[in-house]
Parts: sequence; structure tokens; C-alpha cells
Amino acid sequence: MMRFVDEYRDADKARALSAAIAGLCEPGRTYTFMEVCGGHTHTIYKHGLEDHLPESVTLVHGPGCPVCVIPMGRVDDAIHIAERPGVIMTSFGDMTRVPGGRGSFLDAAARGADIRMVYSPLDALKIARSNPDRQVVFMAIGFETTTPSTAVTVLRAAAEGLRNFSVMCNHVMIIPAITAILDSPGLRLDGFVGPGHVSTVIGCRPYEFVARDYGRPLVVAGFEPLDILQAIHMLLLQIAEGRSEVENQYARVVPWAGNPRALRAVDEVMEPRPRFEWRGLGSIPRSALRIREKYAAYDAERRFDVPGGRVADPKACQCGEVLKGALKPWECKVFGTACTPETPIGTCMVSSEGACAAYYNFGRFSRRRVREASREAPREAPR
Amino acid sequence: MCLGIPGEIVEIPSDRTDLAKVDVSGVRRAVNIDLLDGQPLRPGDWVLIHVGFALSKIDEDEARAALEFLEGIGQAYEDELAALRDSGPEPEG
Repeated sequence: MMRFVDEYRDADKARALSAAIAGLCEPGRTYTFMEVCGGHTHTIYKHGLEDHLPESVTLVHGPGCPVCVIPMGRVDDAIHIAERPGVIMTSFGDMTRVPGGRGSFLDAAARGADIRMVYSPLDALKIARSNPDRQVVFMAIGFETTTPSTAVTVLRAAAEGLRNFSVMCNHVMIIPAITAILDSPGLRLDGFVGPGHVSTVIGCRPYEFVARDYGRPLVVAGFEPLDILQAIHMLLLQIAEGRSEVENQYARVVPWAGNPRALRAVDEVMEPRPRFEWRGLGSIPRSALRIREKYAAYDAERRFDVPGGRVADPKACQCGEVLKGALKPWECKVFGTACTPETPIGTCMVSSEGACAAYYNFGRFSRRRVREASREAPREAPR
Repeated sequence: MCLGIPGEIVEIPSDRTDLAKVDVSGVRRAVNIDLLDGQPLRPGDWVLIHVGFALSKIDEDEARAALEFLEGIGQAYEDELAALRDSGPEPEG
């Protein structure tokens, strides 16, 4: 409790919410909620929120980390493009250490590829303008918070008639990922803590099928510890009252209808791919976006041949199970030993939004972890 | 990336409709405001910024809380601020 009380300014409210949460839990019943967004995972570990929940409430971490879900084959494809003569490959800093089958961007840069980290897709456009004799490619990643920016950048390039700029589009969509998780066998979830900033773009309406068709409550939540505790309280209250609805705990930032202008820009430039391979979740239909035919000149996958190979994850890596919430980070065989933020084997350890990195940095000493470890110890002890 | 960074509007250039100059934890740069859905902006307003684009307007309390949260996550936020600073004074064009 101390860590939380020391760090958080509103400890009384947190204590009251903790007590209210405990009061809503039926004796003998367990509750499992997934927080979809990596930002929430970060808060949960940073503030040790699980230590403030009853034992019967378990939080599992979802796939909402854009770097984490990029499969190795796509990294290889990007490196293949980067190694073509005259190409400048650009992407966000988070991508540098993501391992592909033939190493990461860092490794490719060491072999001589011109790979530059940018803060914004507009920076990649700027590089293209000042290097007219080079082909500049932006490897676009991210959920709906970054997709509109890529769309606007393509529109800008088209308006300027730039001929040396293209996008390798890896934008993914949160709704098909949630559907895949709801459909995955053996995973029992009682509700979802919905993403905050993604929802500023898509709004709350797209989640309605979760409540309607799957009978699971979903509460869109902010990123502060109190936000997440309140969202969990709202989920438990729905369950106690026999409701399953979409509710918005983060209405101070998230409009119910999202950001129509951003959605229009995305729809103008991009369309769903028939399928996309997600690390850990496998191939999910209509779960990612590609550049529309109308903007083909700005599509790196049309401009360059990409191998498009499927590369299996390293055997030791269990990111897939972690991304589906089937394993806690520390239950992975290589967590913290062969796989660390410095030398990641899997993507979940690369990004600060990844469950493994968040847990590695903040969560290792949580009380719940210590309790669970001490319960597991007898089974693990050598005979 | 998925977490927006709050920035305070310090200037709206009169010659550009797509840009606003913001202050993010002491770092000043221009951000694209094309995606704000027709919401009027004034100096002193706060926006949530994702990869150089303002995606929503927020109130000052929310901005302060979000900044506090981001500062608490440490290195990842430092890295993002550094990237924002290094990405140049403002995106042209």
C-alpha cells in the first residue's frame, strides 16, 4: 500500500474505491478483466494496482501495444526495402530494437542501411523533400492514435506531388483484435477496460458488439490509477446488476462519437487488408489497413517488391500467450533471463507499452507476485 | 505513441491554418492541427498530441494530470520528448 499512497495524491479516494470494489465481489466468485491498452498495463504495474484489488479480481494484459504485435516477417520486409540502393527507411524510435528473423533495424543499420528514426510521419516527409534523389519510406505502425497522422501525411505528399515518398503501412485496428480475443478458445474474460486515447479517435460505439453480442461489459478508461480503479468498479457494478454495456469512464477526454475528421482522413487513404498476421494472435481477417489504390504511388509495398514471408517467432518466446492474456509476463520461460529490455527476444519486452517491459521495470516486487511465487514454489522445487 | 502528450498552445501563426505552436514540458515546436474537428484554438488551450498531430482538445486539469502521469513513466517519456525536440523546430509544408 505504501508505494501507492506515497506516489498518488488522492490516496483516500483510492482506498474508498478499493473498499467499494471488494464490496461488489461475490464470495466464491472470481473476476477476470482484460485491459486492452499497453498504457493501462503500464499504470497497473507502475502503481502496483493489483495489490489494491481483492484476490478474486485478476487483470490480464491485452494486445494493445503496437510494437508488440508486429510480426517478425514484417520487420524483415521493412529491412528488405531499407537495404535497396538509394532508400532511406524511417520509423518511430520504438521500432529500432524490434527483432525480425534477420535482426532488427539497428542490425541492418550496422550493415550499412540508411535507417532514420523520426518523431512524426511529417518528419519523414521533410526528409523526402530534402533528398529528392533518394526514395524515402516511412514504416508506419500503430493503432488508431497514429493512423490518422499517417493518412494526413500521405494526403500531404499527394498534394505536393512528391514522387520519392511512400509508406509501408502496418496500421492495426483494435476492434478485430478484441474480437479475436473474445473468440479465442479457453480464455475466460468477464469484461474489458477499454483503451483511452484510441477511443478519442474511434469513440465508444465500435465497442457495442462486445456488450451486445458477447455479453461482456466494457468501460473506456483514463490512464491514472484512480481512473483504472474506477473502471474496475464500474465493470463489477454492471456484473452485480446483471448488465453488460459500454460505459465511458474517460468522458472528460473521449467523445462518444470519437473524432470524425480523423476517421474520414483514414478512410480516404486506407482500406482494410483481407488479413493481417499479428504476433501471437495469428492471422486476423480485416484487422489492419493498407493504402488504397487511389494512393498507390505512396504505397511502399507496391513500389518495392517485398518478400512477404512468414517468420515463426523464436521457440523460447511466449509473447503470443502474453499478448492474449493467457500468461503473465513472469510466467514466460525467458522473462528476465534470456529476454530483457536491453536484449529483447520478444516484442513485449521492447516497447515501454509492452506488458513484459512494464512488468520488468516496475512490477517485479508486487505483493501479489510475491504471494503467487511463494504458492508456486513447492511445485517448482527440485524433488 | 499510443499515449498522447499534452501541449499548451502558445501561438497560432496567422499565415498557416494547419499549424499551431505548442509548448510541451518546455519544448516548443509546431504541431499539425488538421485533425482537430473544427474546434477553435486559442493560446492557452491544451491539446493531446500524437506523433506531431493534435488529436483532441483537453482542459487544463486533464493536461496537468496527464503530464504528471507521463513524467512518472520516466525514460519512455524522456525519449519521446527528446524525439519531439530533435524532430526540428517545425514541420514545414
